[in-house]
Amino acid sequence: MPLTLRGISKRFGNTVALDDVTMLAAPGEVHALLGENGAGKSTLMRIAYGLMRPDAGTIDVDGVTSGRGFRSPRVALAAGIGMVHQHFTSIPALTVAENIALTAGWSVTSRAATLRAAALIDALHLPLPVTAAAATLSVQLLQRLEIVKALAAHARILLLDEPTASLAPRETTELLAFLRRFADGGNVAVLITHKLDDVLRTADRVTVLRRGRVTLSTGLEGQTATSLAHAMMGAAVPVAVHKRAPPGALVVRTQGLVLESAEAEGPGVRRAGPVSFALHAGEVVGVAAIEGNGQRELLRGVAGVTGVRAITGTLERRGDAGFIPENRTTEGIIPTFTLTENLLLGRWRRTSRWLRWGVLQRCTEALMAAHDVRPQGAAALASSLSGGNQQKLIFARVVDGRPAIIVAEDPTRGLDLVATAAIHARLRESARDGAAVLVHSSDLDEVLELADRLFIVCRGTVRELPPPFTREAAGDAMLGIGG
Amino acid sequence: MIEAIAVAAFGAAAVRVGTPLGLAAIGELVAEKSGVINLGIEGAMLGGALAAAVGASAGGPAGGIVAAVLTGTGIAAIFAAIAIGRRADQIITGTAITLGATGATGLVAQHVWGVGGAGLSVPTLAPLNIPGLADIPFIGPAFFRQSALTYACYLLIPMVSAALYHTRSGLRLRASGESPDAARAAGVNVAVVRAAATIFGGACAGLGGASLVLAQVGTFTERMTAGRGFIAIAVVALGRWHPWGAAAAALLFGAATELQYASQAAGSAIPYQLFIAFPYLLALLAFAVSRRGERGPAGLGQPH
Amino acid sequence: MTAIGLEPSARRARQVLHLPVAALLGVATLAVFLWITGVDVPLALGALWRGAFGSWYVFTSATLVRATPLIVLGLAFAIGARGGALNIGMEGQFAAGAMGAAAVATWIPVDSAPLAVALLLLASLLAGALWIAVPAILRARFAVSEVITTLLLNFVASALVSYAITGPLQERSRQYPQSATLDAMWRLPHLGRVTRLHLGFVIALLLAAVVGVVLARTRWGFQLRAVGASPRAAAISGRMDVGRIAAAALLLSGALAGLGGGIEVSGVSYALYQNLSPGYGFTAIAVALLARMRPELVVVTGILFGALDAGAGAMQRDAGVPSVAALVVEAVVIVTMLLTARKSP
Repeated sequence: MPLTLRGISKRFGNTVALDDVTMLAAPGEVHALLGENGAGKSTLMRIAYGLMRPDAGTIDVDGVTSGRGFRSPRVALAAGIGMVHQHFTSIPALTVAENIALTAGWSVTSRAATLRAAALIDALHLPLPVTAAAATLSVQLLQRLEIVKALAAHARILLLDEPTASLAPRETTELLAFLRRFADGGNVAVLITHKLDDVLRTADRVTVLRRGRVTLSTGLEGQTATSLAHAMMGAAVPVAVHKRAPPGALVVRTQGLVLESAEAEGPGVRRAGPVSFALHAGEVVGVAAIEGNGQRELLRGVAGVTGVRAITGTLERRGDAGFIPENRTTEGIIPTFTLTENLLLGRWRRTSRWLRWGVLQRCTEALMAAHDVRPQGAAALASSLSGGNQQKLIFARVVDGRPAIIVAEDPTRGLDLVATAAIHARLRESARDGAAVLVHSSDLDEVLELADRLFIVCRGTVRELPPPFTREAAGDAMLGIGG
Repeated sequence: MIEAIAVAAFGAAAVRVGTPLGLAAIGELVAEKSGVINLGIEGAMLGGALAAAVGASAGGPAGGIVAAVLTGTGIAAIFAAIAIGRRADQIITGTAITLGATGATGLVAQHVWGVGGAGLSVPTLAPLNIPGLADIPFIGPAFFRQSALTYACYLLIPMVSAALYHTRSGLRLRASGESPDAARAAGVNVAVVRAAATIFGGACAGLGGASLVLAQVGTFTERMTAGRGFIAIAVVALGRWHPWGAAAAALLFGAATELQYASQAAGSAIPYQLFIAFPYLLALLAFAVSRRGERGPAGLGQPH
Repeated sequence: MTAIGLEPSARRARQVLHLPVAALLGVATLAVFLWITGVDVPLALGALWRGAFGSWYVFTSATLVRATPLIVLGLAFAIGARGGALNIGMEGQFAAGAMGAAAVATWIPVDSAPLAVALLLLASLLAGALWIAVPAILRARFAVSEVITTLLLNFVASALVSYAITGPLQERSRQYPQSATLDAMWRLPHLGRVTRLHLGFVIALLLAAVVGVVLARTRWGFQLRAVGASPRAAAISGRMDVGRIAAAALLLSGALAGLGGGIEVSGVSYALYQNLSPGYGFTAIAVALLARMRPELVVVTGILFGALDAGAGAMQRDAGVPSVAALVVEAVVIVTMLLTARKSP
């Protein structure tokens, strides 16, 4: 059953997520969809599975064309498309058999469903405990459950979103072997990934996305890790020579520190460390990692934000930490509050019990002028600001606290070039003014551009890459290739 | 001998008093399993009670039951339109529905019966003895010499249990309550499922109101449900969101109400109010000692 | 009071505009209901108006007297909601506060009037807070939703009142299910010779001002609003202890609702009865919603609903319309607010 996505375009506000993307996958094929974070892979797959409709483009399954995509996942399922989500969609309180029956739409009693699920699992050679609640499964088994669910619904085209991201090497091998078998049966497996290794091992064809556009669509013969990485990350940017500032005073020191998320959300690594390092005033330390590898725990743990706690080891922090969270509108600002109130969010501990709004408002105006937050007044709601101005506001709040360390979690996500440049300038400026800056970005180029020192986080392991760091070395380390 | 008769009479009364709670609770349970907490069932129950009285006056007890179910359905449909259709806060919507139903039933009741109220003019449901079962000592008189609506409740419990845990629709309903997003990804139309569950809950609450009028009190008075709809929500919680658990909890509330009368009659030293408060305190305790996963469906109250 | 930093001025005009719209819709719906049920609509609505605003005496002695508990409970609900907690148990805390008031008046020997009233109000405040303590702790420590727990305690409070007025707090002759009538010094003084309006109304106005100032102008009020508006941002960007602040909001909400009960006993009923509140705890939700949880507007909406309550009583006397009809208006007001709100409160 061939799958063709043709001329797919999708915008979110002013951001173009997908621009005229076409992808063809033939029966018997393991088709890799490759790209960096934010390249548009997940958006394309959500459209293919009917979770989202494209602004333009068609989906063609087995010769039947659906204009502007599928109305809902139900329609996509009926057309033979199944999806294995990156964030698993099994319902924890239901059993494995019930989860399978739900997606497959089996109209049977639970006892019959259990038997049928067991039979299916046997036939697929994907062992699962059918009567166990999904909540008790490991990440590997949860993913296996996702696959079985899709196949139980008679999917002939399987879309897998970053399926190997949270698997151990042996588990990855098992999964890839299964996908090979599945495709060899005349089906299509679309493997969405940023791991070159997986692609080179298993795929027959590859479509590479970069910033919402197809940069390569080809068979795998003759492709190498280098050629794919080139298509994925663009032409090698000359890496600026980093003149490392003379290290200032010690700001943060960790010794054998292991950090862990208290909130269990989604799969992926939720732990970082053990790690020992020192951060000094005046340096910008970049953190490069692919989503879900433990960088969130590292950043939040160092910043001392609730939700991440140290399991073992020591964390010594001299001075306050300022934190710029990646979820701007849910964690960084309160959209229904005014700009003054949003600034107060960071400094309420340092104000008197009685708030003097006149004074606070003047402070806001001064900070807005200093940080170029435009164009609304201090009494405007934060929701009325553009993303870039919201981020500048958060930055103003953080800097205003004169923190010894600034931790920024993907601070330019979703921002345009001008706003991105402004945030970069401010991060550097803060370092010059004597703060230690720890910054992560989902865009490797950005990290390389900013960093004086570079940390790589891969599957929870943190290591420092010695200068001069090259794009290739950093990319390999992020993907866990080589040394 | 006399004691045995008293115990049997006590059991029968507990079941009779527990029936409206059981009916409303089984409906609310279905709604909550789909992720909807409907404080408006107090209003649906009250509406059902009024409709039962009016309908029974016109068309006998059967007419009353039909009218009650239709009214409960209609009131729940209004709730569904606001809380599910417009994604308004379920708690506040439910409160408004109950307030509105209290006002509307008061107005209609006076319109129909005048200031004097319904009096004892409402035809009621006579107890039906189930041949064979009614003669079992204690159990028979307590459980099998009841009105048709109690038997309806007996039937609903296993039916709902089977539907929830052994059918495709039940699976979709529970999925909508546990994780609306995951349910949607599995192809479930969550809004439709929740609306259907809520409306079923309203029909059951209407039936509960009918049993209050037709099998227990025999008349309609303003605000006569007196919070029984809210109690049904406590019953669902105390029964740990399971049909049989809810049935047992409803019986417990019924028994507690009856114990109060028995204690008063016997001149017991224990304040009878303790019996009234006991099930609520038990429900509260059940909440306090429950783990997160045992506090009902994970998606309860979340708009989708 | 200026509310710089509370709400931008541009939106404030629109925030008040909904008020007459919702109120008119409510009354219009009532009129339709009355018409359907065969009531003489002009007669009934005329009685409603006269019962609420017909004379200065009626306005003060009926409307404002009923508005008093509604304002206090409306503030109670609003402060909880601003902190992200829905207190559905105000009926219970109101009863607890009334019990606390009656207990102090029965058991504590005091000989100075101002001290007696202060003591009584303090007792009701504490009783209300005590009544919501368990839900507040359950929420802060175990993230148990306050909705069902506060609702459950309404019934327990009702049972406890029943016990109190037939047991330890029953009047001396042991004839009637009520507490002893309060001696004069325990009573809130009237605000004039001919009116039944009492000092409690002034207390309610002061409370609205205090709650308004606390929310708008104190650091603690700011924390409360931040936690209510976005618990995640409050925890991560504001580094606030979200659980503790939400629990404090609940405690304060319960304390205010308890105070409402104390004021009712000391200003109106002069004794503890069963069902002292004719549903103030639920009506106050409509009061707070219509005011969009803003303390200064709660005064206005509280008076509006007080008028409705008073008018409904007159409508029952003069036009034979049951007073519960007023609840229809409340329901319509709440639903209108829900459907026009852009974001939940």
